[in-house]
Amino acid sequence: MISTKFGKYGGQYVPEVLMPAISELTFAYEEYVTKNKDGFMDDFFTRLKDFGGRPTPLYKAERLSERYGREIYLKREDLLHGGAHKLNNALGQCLLAKYMGKERIIAETGAGQHGTATAMAASYLGLDCEIYMGKKDINRQRLNVFRMEINGARVNPVERGSGTLKEAINETMRDWSKSVDTTHYVIGSVVGPHPFPKMVRDFQSVISQEAREQIQTEVGRLPDSVVACAGGGSNAMGAFYNFLQDEGVKLIAVEAGGKGIESVSESKIAHHSASLVAGREGVLHGARTKILQDRDGQIVESHSISAGLDYAGVGPELAYLVDEGQIIPEIVKDEEAIKAFFLLSEMEGIIPALETSHALGYLENQMGEDLGEIVIVNLSGRGDKDVETVIEESHRLGVKHQTMERIERRI
Amino acid sequence: MSRIGVAFGEGPILIPYITAGDPSQESTIEYVEALVKGGAKIIELGLPFSEPIADGPIIQEAINRSLEAGMNPKKFFELVSLMNCNVPVVVMTYYNIIYQYGEVPVESFVTDAIKHGVDGMIIPDLPVEEAEEILKICEGREIDLIFIVAPTTRDQRIEKIMGKISGFVYVQARLGITGVQKDVSQSTYESLERLKGYDIPKAVGFGVSNANQAAEIVRSGADGVIAGSVFVDIIQRGDANAVQLLEDKARELVRGIDEGIENNKS
Ligand SMILES: Cc1ncc(COP(=O)(O)O)c(C=O)c1O
Repeated sequence: MISTKFGKYGGQYVPEVLMPAISELTFAYEEYVTKNKDGFMDDFFTRLKDFGGRPTPLYKAERLSERYGREIYLKREDLLHGGAHKLNNALGQCLLAKYMGKERIIAETGAGQHGTATAMAASYLGLDCEIYMGKKDINRQRLNVFRMEINGARVNPVERGSGTLKEAINETMRDWSKSVDTTHYVIGSVVGPHPFPKMVRDFQSVISQEAREQIQTEVGRLPDSVVACAGGGSNAMGAFYNFLQDEGVKLIAVEAGGKGIESVSESKIAHHSASLVAGREGVLHGARTKILQDRDGQIVESHSISAGLDYAGVGPELAYLVDEGQIIPEIVKDEEAIKAFFLLSEMEGIIPALETSHALGYLENQMGEDLGEIVIVNLSGRGDKDVETVIEESHRLGVKHQTMERIERRI
Repeated sequence: MSRIGVAFGEGPILIPYITAGDPSQESTIEYVEALVKGGAKIIELGLPFSEPIADGPIIQEAINRSLEAGMNPKKFFELVSLMNCNVPVVVMTYYNIIYQYGEVPVESFVTDAIKHGVDGMIIPDLPVEEAEEILKICEGREIDLIFIVAPTTRDQRIEKIMGKISGFVYVQARLGITGVQKDVSQSTYESLERLKGYDIPKAVGFGVSNANQAAEIVRSGADGVIAGSVFVDIIQRGDANAVQLLEDKARELVRGIDEGIENNKS
């Protein structure tokens, strides 16, 4: 049996009603995913190729490389079908659900990227699909709501609380505790009870499996560092996993610094989403991990301009690897992420997701210092969904940028 | 025998749930008095957590009201001391609240709970697999750790749970979350049947709201009836005579329980 924990983190803190389903899923995970029973993983990789468009390129960003005086490679998950790394996981879990004989899929979504990926995968595999999404997120990610519905999924708005990812997860867990017999919960990141953190990591680790080979083919050696943004942490774990064995490859997880972690939080509100940097050990959504919480253990509302990073918890494996010194957590603020969003769009002709822009903002903050000669940035998603938000927020925050000047003249 | 064990000794009993501090500490004291007057033999008091994944909308709202009014673990314990009620009190809360309390994770909470007169704990997000830490701390001390048996819980898991449990077993009557229902689910009968051989009181909850259900649950062999949302709903409506309504509701459910006992005898 595979351990349910990462050191003291992880575990299965869920209502009893879900435990049998979790055991069933754990068994399926061990058989199909880790042992390739019935050729499950072969089937998965074939579908990732045919339906998803893998492998994604590892692309040398020439102008960024010049700017930072080192070689910057972008792992192009934005080119995966759906426009983000999310499909790796959504397809893996929907396929597993199918192998397990489940008929219905439920999922939570924050930015809507996981929701759209799940809706696509469910439609592709002929499964019923319902998505829970916070009211606030529905408003700021409207385009994705339409995409999900166009793919035949039902989007259930969650009004409670702040109307973001945290509430959406609560509601999906409640649904699951009513529907466990027929339904699989496709969790959207490396969070939740075991086996989700390990299973999602395994599906996402195709990113570093490819990147590790690609960089060696390209430059004949391993990179000095790998940079990825971290909300729940799935693209980061995917991008890091196959480099964990390689001493000397720095792994940097960039969290949303929001308005800054030094700003004093009034009760119940953090002005950031930096659970690895500023969180305290606790139990949330089925796992022991690092969490943004008040002294009593109430979970606080997090903040980020990027819906996909706006979460008070983080995957337990990341919490563990940060404690072990294997992953370095860093933060990038709202405004810095917006600047990086414009920068990549202008310099490389790639509009990055706001989530991803945090990883790019880290390069800019550091000007590449300490990152070494060869750097891989996981370009976790494309930013079409964020264009409106970026324009509005830039305006509100008074971000000075030539692009904004041109846009403001127009509106 | 623990105070909870003694309470079950009187025959099938009513166990109401309300959220502490909803909408204020003073009102909770009044409400508990009313419930006890109405015939409650154990009180289950919710200590609110911001992410109550096992609870339905009615109790979620109560938790929000309580948190907004400033409820926290310290005040909760003060409240339990103040209540000074002559029936056992069981705290229902989520694990993070217990974990964060005081100087020493879990240990501080258990110590203060006992000190302030809490008789048992129900932790809906703590399955037996994760309970070693708290079980070790509770060992040999005067507090019961109550586990839930769900409709999905089958033989091997039941055995595992029964090896760790004390006080009573909380039989979750149906899939899903807390809320108000009108009938008794098939899974109640099945769970009680599965639990037959175990020498521990069995209390059925999740969706109980009227006397007929209470009677039927007792007829099926339960030793206790747990009802939450139906009481919390009265509190939420905030009528001037809420205290009286709570007492009446408790009395109604106790009448149902008594009917069930009568049927069992005849
Ligand atoms: C493009 C993109 N990157 C990153 C994330 C953050 O999630 P994770 O940390 O699990 O990769 C999201 C989440 O929606 C996303 O859409």
